[in-house]
Amino acid sequence: MDFTLSKEHEMARALFKEFAEKEVKPLAQEVDETETFPRETVEKMAKLGFLGIPVPKEYGGQGCDPLTYVMCVEELSKVCGTTGVIVSAHTSLCCDPILTYGTEEQKQKYLVPLAKGEKLGAFGLTEPGAGTDAQGQQTKAVLDGDEWVLNGSKCFITNGKEADVYVIFAITGMVEKRGRMQKEISSFIVEKGTPGFTFGTKEKKMGIRGSSTYELIFTDCRIPKENLLGQQGKGFNIAMHTLDGGRIGIASQALGLAEGALETTIQYVKERKQFGRTIGAFQNTQFQLADMATKVQAAQMLVYKAAMAKATQKVYSVEAAMAKLYAAEVAMEVTTKAVQLHGGYGYIREYDVERMMRDAKITEIYEGTSEVQRMVISGALLK
Amino acid sequence: MNLEEYKGVYVFAQQVDNEISSIAFELLGKAKDLAKDLNTEVTAVLVGCGIKGLADQLAEYGADKVIVVDDPELKDYRTEPYAHALASVINKYKPEIMLVGATAIGRDLGPRVSARVATGLTADCTVLEIGDFPLQPVPGQEQLHNQLLMTRPAFGGNTIATIACPYNRPQMATVRAGVMQKIEPIKGAKAVVEEFNPGFTPDHKYVEILEIVKAVTETVDIMDAKILVSGGRGVGSPENFKILEDLAEVLGGTVSCSRAVVDAGWKPKDLQVGQTGKTVRPNVYFAIGISGAIQHVAGMEESDIIIAINKDADAPIFDVADYGVVGDLNKIVPKLTEALKTAIAAAK
Amino acid sequence: MKIVVCIKQVPDTKGGVKFNPDGTLDRGAMLTIMNPDDKAGLEAALRLKDQYGAEVTVVTMGLPKAEEVLREAMAMGADNGILVTDRVLGGADTWATSTTIAGALRNLEYDLIITGRQAIDGDTAQVGPQISEHLNIPVISYAQNIKVEGDSVIVERQYEDRYHVLKAKMPCLITALSELNEPRYMTPGGIFDAYKKEITVWGRKDLKDVDDSNLGLNGSPTKIAKASDKVRKGAGEKVTLDPDESVSYIVDKLKEKHVI
Repeated sequence: MDFTLSKEHEMARALFKEFAEKEVKPLAQEVDETETFPRETVEKMAKLGFLGIPVPKEYGGQGCDPLTYVMCVEELSKVCGTTGVIVSAHTSLCCDPILTYGTEEQKQKYLVPLAKGEKLGAFGLTEPGAGTDAQGQQTKAVLDGDEWVLNGSKCFITNGKEADVYVIFAITGMVEKRGRMQKEISSFIVEKGTPGFTFGTKEKKMGIRGSSTYELIFTDCRIPKENLLGQQGKGFNIAMHTLDGGRIGIASQALGLAEGALETTIQYVKERKQFGRTIGAFQNTQFQLADMATKVQAAQMLVYKAAMAKATQKVYSVEAAMAKLYAAEVAMEVTTKAVQLHGGYGYIREYDVERMMRDAKITEIYEGTSEVQRMVISGALLK
Repeated sequence: MNLEEYKGVYVFAQQVDNEISSIAFELLGKAKDLAKDLNTEVTAVLVGCGIKGLADQLAEYGADKVIVVDDPELKDYRTEPYAHALASVINKYKPEIMLVGATAIGRDLGPRVSARVATGLTADCTVLEIGDFPLQPVPGQEQLHNQLLMTRPAFGGNTIATIACPYNRPQMATVRAGVMQKIEPIKGAKAVVEEFNPGFTPDHKYVEILEIVKAVTETVDIMDAKILVSGGRGVGSPENFKILEDLAEVLGGTVSCSRAVVDAGWKPKDLQVGQTGKTVRPNVYFAIGISGAIQHVAGMEESDIIIAINKDADAPIFDVADYGVVGDLNKIVPKLTEALKTAIAAAK
Repeated sequence: MKIVVCIKQVPDTKGGVKFNPDGTLDRGAMLTIMNPDDKAGLEAALRLKDQYGAEVTVVTMGLPKAEEVLREAMAMGADNGILVTDRVLGGADTWATSTTIAGALRNLEYDLIITGRQAIDGDTAQVGPQISEHLNIPVISYAQNIKVEGDSVIVERQYEDRYHVLKAKMPCLITALSELNEPRYMTPGGIFDAYKKEITVWGRKDLKDVDDSNLGLNGSPTKIAKASDKVRKGAGEKVTLDPDESVSYIVDKLKEKHVI
């Protein structure tokens, strides 16, 4: 087993790092403070192909592997958690299901512009009554002639309102399963601007404040029949499989946040003086940093392993769950310690670790809480 | 190449718009020192169109002899005819040393000529002296005397190297502007003036000048500024940067700032010095109201002279400053501006 | 149109200069980058390619590791990469370097050669003009804007207080300033494609019309007599005076150092 990255991956990392430092970092504070979606950054990333990294070239993407994509989200998140999740939600939750389940026509029509970054993508599964329990869906889709008619709402949707293309889940009927009636869920591609598709309130969040989180409302929203994504009734599987990939993206975001906080803190403890010496000279600081760095490294290995699993395995739910569970918890722990090592300054908005700690919290919650990840992992263990 | 044939210290006397550039006088000052050590003469090479009348000025600044290459093709600087002029002078007169200013002209002309006459060229020298090569005797290698030893910074100023050109002639160097001292002009001094025209036949290497656009003074990139007046949070407000701008203006310098100032929205990012800003290396760097965080220092510590003004005597900026003044910038800076105005006016 | 861009791999001296505990430069710890002026030159070439269509070939001379900058250039959009590397070429000064590169370029067809104005490690600004002399073509240094018009280039050539708009017949050599443009980023896919392409490697035997006596350390007319890493200066003087005395103090120091 060789843990060294290929030269291509090293160079790709250098590219993402340079872009993050030059284009993303200078805006991170402002994006957070003003809760502004970084539209210009997204356009720059689009031009460079960052919005279609793991999409094959024939569909307008860069044709790179999941590891390259993961490194992109990681490096972006090191300096700005908001930018990291924009790429992750777009790529993992919108491009990926269309690539995996879409028809050739759907790929040409939607995936190509998404991968080129001409359009931005989002994913609508969560509802007010259906978060961790995805079976609690209420949004319905009814076939009426050549059109599906959607009614219902989705909440906490990342890239909401900013995105052009939405992968939406809705109930398309009831089926009997082992003698019990169950909801039949299907997935659809919905374009922004479709009559009957509107946006509700914009959420005010603790962290990743520049990412645009909206409620999506469907009121007799009619979409063409051919916008059904995958087979009718397979929506639950599509959602779960998509989330496996999404979790790798969020794990990368968490990893980046932890790395960013660690790097910032290492810099800080070398400069900050107390009692006549730098705080880095105190053993408490040194030991804290050692623990933080070790956990960050372990998280990176799990995340990269999950990315490799996505490239080589059909099923990678456990790898993705482990990566997300661990990276998210490490992100929370490391950013919290980073704030502590910064002392009073760490609690002040001017210092990046303050934002990083707020940004980190969501990684333990969205795309499956840490508890859900534990269910996935233990479920596989006890199968 | 018979090295013995090459004699004399030559200076390319750069002129622009038929006005001799200051660098030419600086080079003559240095050439005089070198010529004295070598017991030889100083020759200025004046290239242009209608420039013969400038020879006396060169004499006043130390030229014993002036070679004038005067031709209509030489009206405005173009690489090829100028390279032809200077290379022809070198081939005919065989100087031992050929000095050229490290200007936008000299740094183009120098390499082209050195390649043409097949000799070495040391760029952007800051120290020139006559000495031995190798510096210390090395067994089995002849130690050559009376060599031009050319010292220059490299690696963004992080290293310095002393270079010799022992087996080729002339020994060529471009020299940084503002480093060498001109002599007090000797009024009425005369030089032997010799006109020389190697003939100029335009060929494919002659470029055509379509237009000459004299620059209106634009904002200088702080990385190119010779003098930077840099302000930090201690300046207090964006309005108060005015006193720094006044100081910069008197010295022909540019205002820059620390990260805190950019973060506060007082100044744009392109004026920021430091790790996340620009790395600067001016001749003089004024750090005014800047505490001197490591990231800032990393971007300016290679400045030739650092002058710090800060009211906090323990500010880390004083650890890198050549001259540190503990005090209130609001009281010192305006007075300094006035004092410099007077001093500069008096020097003229 | 065929454009050759000469690039160099250099240690990154900006922002990341590392020192050993004794104050000397820690070269091993410094990252290498594509020389900024060269990158601007490459960007200029790629823009001409975008605008007029061109085949862009990047050439570098250096250790085998210098292949990295060729890959980077190709990931930005250059079509071909040529690495000139050979033990006998080591220790070259600008004369020997320009002789070597000219020897390599004689194997190629080109309308335009673009080099950076200068490299941040040596800061000499010599290699570009010297190559043009060896190849007997016109040179335009310090280019701040480049256009192509028929068989000619129109270039804004920068001086301290002005610029000249120059017209030169191709083939010609241009040295680019980093202010010329903002170089593009690589693309992720471009990186992987660049590593799939072949890089041409040339050694001494591939150099055309070049004499051994003009190559490498021995072929270099300039010799290093002494080199030292500049020792960082420590704290200087610190004075606490009343404002008027402070002003005189500073004015005196500026006079002493010939600033005024």
